[in-house]
Amino acid sequence: MQRGTARALFELLSSMRFAISLLTILAIASVVGTVVKQNEPFNAYLNQFGPFWFPVFEKLGIYSVYNASWFLVILAFLVVSTSLCIARQTRPMLREMRNFREHAREASLRQFGHQASIVPASDVATSLERARTYLARAGFRFRASERKDHVLLAAKQGSAGRAGYFLAHGAIVLICIGGLLDGDLPLKLQMASGGKQATSGNQLIADIPASARLGAGNPSFRGNVFIPEGRSASAAVLNVGDGILLQELPFTISLKRFHIDHYENGMPKRFASDILITDDSGKALERTIEVNKPFEYRGITLYQSSFEDGGSLLSLAVHGLARGVPRLTAMQGAVGDTVPLHAGDARYTLELTQFRVFNVEDMGTGKNGDAPASGMARFEQHLGSGAKSPTQKNLRNIGPSYTFKLRDEAGQAREFNNYMLPIEQQGRWYLYSGTRDSQAEAFRYMRIPLDADGKAETWFALHDIVFDPALRAELARRVAARSATGASAADSGMRDRLAQTVEHTLTLFADRGYESIGRFIEATVPAAERERAADVFVKIMQGAVWEAWLMTRERAGQAAPALDENDATYLRDSIAALSDSLFYGAPVYLQLTAYDERQATVLQATRSPGKALVFLGSLLLVLGVFAMLYIRERRLFVLIKANEVLVAMSSNRKAIDVDETFQRHVDALRELFAAPKTVQPDSRDA
Amino acid sequence: MMELARTSPSSHSGGDPTPSSRGATPASGDWLRRLGPGDWLYGAALVLAAFFALVQYGGSMDVYDKGILLLHVPVLLAIGWYWKAFRPFLAAVAAVSLASIALYQGELARADQSFLLKYLISSQTAIMWMSALIFMATAAYWLGLALRSDFAEKTGNVLTWAAVTMGTSGLFVRWYESYLIGPDIGHIPISNLYEVFVLFSLLTALLYLYYELRYGTRRLGAFVLTVISAAVGFLLWYTFTREAHQIQPLIPALQSYWMKVHVPTNFIGYGAFALSAMVGSAYLLAERGVLASRLPPLRVLEDVMYKSIAIGFAFFTIATILGALWAAEAWGTYWQWDPKETWALIVWLNYAAWLHMRLTKGLRGSMLAWWAVVGLVVVTFAFLGVNMFLSGLHSYGSL
Ligand code: HEM
Repeated sequence: MQRGTARALFELLSSMRFAISLLTILAIASVVGTVVKQNEPFNAYLNQFGPFWFPVFEKLGIYSVYNASWFLVILAFLVVSTSLCIARQTRPMLREMRNFREHAREASLRQFGHQASIVPASDVATSLERARTYLARAGFRFRASERKDHVLLAAKQGSAGRAGYFLAHGAIVLICIGGLLDGDLPLKLQMASGGKQATSGNQLIADIPASARLGAGNPSFRGNVFIPEGRSASAAVLNVGDGILLQELPFTISLKRFHIDHYENGMPKRFASDILITDDSGKALERTIEVNKPFEYRGITLYQSSFEDGGSLLSLAVHGLARGVPRLTAMQGAVGDTVPLHAGDARYTLELTQFRVFNVEDMGTGKNGDAPASGMARFEQHLGSGAKSPTQKNLRNIGPSYTFKLRDEAGQAREFNNYMLPIEQQGRWYLYSGTRDSQAEAFRYMRIPLDADGKAETWFALHDIVFDPALRAELARRVAARSATGASAADSGMRDRLAQTVEHTLTLFADRGYESIGRFIEATVPAAERERAADVFVKIMQGAVWEAWLMTRERAGQAAPALDENDATYLRDSIAALSDSLFYGAPVYLQLTAYDERQATVLQATRSPGKALVFLGSLLLVLGVFAMLYIRERRLFVLIKANEVLVAMSSNRKAIDVDETFQRHVDALRELFAAPKTVQPDSRDA
Repeated sequence: MMELARTSPSSHSGGDPTPSSRGATPASGDWLRRLGPGDWLYGAALVLAAFFALVQYGGSMDVYDKGILLLHVPVLLAIGWYWKAFRPFLAAVAAVSLASIALYQGELARADQSFLLKYLISSQTAIMWMSALIFMATAAYWLGLALRSDFAEKTGNVLTWAAVTMGTSGLFVRWYESYLIGPDIGHIPISNLYEVFVLFSLLTALLYLYYELRYGTRRLGAFVLTVISAAVGFLLWYTFTREAHQIQPLIPALQSYWMKVHVPTNFIGYGAFALSAMVGSAYLLAERGVLASRLPPLRVLEDVMYKSIAIGFAFFTIATILGALWAAEAWGTYWQWDPKETWALIVWLNYAAWLHMRLTKGLRGSMLAWWAVVGLVVVTFAFLGVNMFLSGLHSYGSL
């Protein structure tokens, strides 16, 4: 009974059906792993799947399918199944390889699909001699068996193809074992048996407890080493689920310099880290690690994986936007730091998250004369060399940018992305500052226009005047006085009404910019006249902001300019920015004024004990597959009687070329045996 | 005895849809003695060509490039000795490419000034010609099938040869043009989706031409050229709407020797799988009586299907392994379940299952043909779908 069960289990595990089922499950699981992005922060999954499915999928290991226990178990079963399959096939395969089947009986040969009968012109001995010569020359190995009324030559070739089976399937076992050694399994075992536990990634290396540290002797790991320029590191960080483990390295890596080279069009050309490796032997090695040029030391391979900011020092000008915040102050901070920021009575923390020196962007075609060609002309544009493009992208480096988060006392944070240098759009220059509520959104950009002298200060001055309730009445009076200059009672009445309208408009605008004006129009003006009303309001705002501009110039002791086309555009841009500034979500605008860049490299450090096994397996796999597919096993039987020669062939593969080969051999043999006795077979005219 | 090691097939009669039969090919020294002066001349030409390439372009090559160049001599020698039609093709490609390079005179701007370059043999124009010729060849093969016209099919064959000649030359010229843009930009043109689509079309067409000769039937051209036409259609769409034809410099991850061996190997696999799927669909039609009298017998179709899946599987195995070796160097892990890798594995497992079912379970007939057709869907997803729908580390050719 027991034996029976074991037998049945063996049959099942080594069966092709079981293997194919495993492979199918593996394939489906793999598909899942490609559809759901793997190893993202858990928060991202929570957003994606919602609170109900998130824990379900977590339990199923969907976020890290290829390291999930069930996935590893399937792989292990595949190893077992393939091994058992090999074990099961070994005996019959070896028998097949050794056996010539020289005991085959005439009756069974006559049952073969490929068999032909020839009438020989020579006697048995001559025919036998000719057949031997032929078979040897055709690359067959053979055995002769003499019976009472005939001689059988049992020949075969291509038995090595069977060895291909062992090579290829053995290779699959090797590759799977190697892969398991290099996967997460060793780490999981260590965590289970050694009491290791992942810890939060948000802490200093020195604070990481021993329970989250792995010794330098760990045979298999893959982790990232983060090193700012001028600093060193001797540990790698392994990501485990949502936490980390610290892998100690048997040496210290110092980063001297990190290089990024660009092609002319801004695409990256080279990422390289100049490092210095020191260990307790006192040796120091200088190396440069590049993408596609890793370096191995003491069994650990270091790869250029990515790069980050290593704490660049940023100098910022703080422009007040909210009331009660000083017009202009200055501050400093390093990327990665969190600095307190006081804006009037409100307290914020400023988290400097990223800094980039280069931003290569597609700035569109500068001129509008490049309308896309059509028809034949368009076709012709695609002839010629592969070097040019009809709609050549206008890639340009638009200078440094940095991102930060501003967190209020309640802990709410907004994210900002500011460009250091003004950016040109249709001949005009702006300071760009993007803002968003959450990582999932795109940045919305506020564009602060520069005045004719290239200064942003004018806009800030306009901002202060337009949004100052104390100045509103004064501003309104000046707008009214400028447009209705007459001295009559009627004129003065009109002036008063105009002043009221302007003040009302400014009050509306100060609330939610264009949005509140729009709402007001919708609520009070009949649909047919809304467009005209909107025009009027825009004119009023332009008048008010123009007046504010004159006020700033008076304060600075400058002459009033005449309003020209340029100024009108400037006014429009300023009002748009004023309106946007009400939704900016920060009490200050932080302008980057200077920086001291410090880069950091991220190297990947791995020790993969299974690699050699996998590569050996790969080599054997290729040899095995080619052997199985292209070395054809053929058995040719030549049974020689006094008055008949029977030729039969068998093959382990059914394919057309078996028919073809058989026909060829039969034709050749027919010719041989048809020759009269005296003629010796010649190899060349076969 | 490996099939590819056999000596060249004897001539074919156009209508006979069986594999060529030759005299027995016994002793191993025999094929050497059978080589004629033409064969030796071909060999000498290859050696001279390699020498010329070394002298002329050696400056832009590193030691590996030179090694690979020399390795091409025996490989092309074997192919040309075994498959005679390959020789005029190779000679034509060399002539067109060198003519184009000569016309460039080292200046990119000549592409617009020289009439021959602009309308015939600059890289993009040559590839346009390839596209047009593929469409014409497809039409000719279908005409041949519909009208039972031997002449139309022969025309299809000639047009296909012309198409691969133009396409291959186009790639070679593109390679040269990339160096004209800048020595640091020059690279082999198999680094983005545009280039590999050209490669795919070429390899599939060459594989087909080989089988056409091997099985002595031109009747499958209509089917195989259809899938190539689809690839070319995509290529044109990609060119005209996405400006994908621009030569771009290589990002650091692609600056590796492995790319040069991994990509072509991969596309021999993809090409062979596509071919098998088209033969599979011919099988399914013939089985239902559609075109049955015009197509080769079912057993021939089945045999072609098997042969091309076998060659595809063998090369795809190598390609996947080369990819793993490359990944080990570029990303630090030979396998990290990146979507492209994973889908390559799925493709591979699919055809491994196909081969098992045929060879160990003896499965035959329409089931296998359907499976081959579905295989193309899986291949297409691995080739294109992954780039379109999934994100990963494979950086070339996002759509
Ligand atoms: C990832 C898993 C596997 C792969 C990629 C694989 C691959 C192959 C390939 C390419 C062939 C060649 C087809 C041929 O010429 O016969 C083959 C044959 C074969 N495979 Fe597998 N195989 C796998 C697993 C298995 C398993 C688990 C079994 C046992 C149940 C098995 C049993 C066989 C047998 C019996 C043959 C025929 C050998 C012969 O007759 O020469 N294979 N395999």
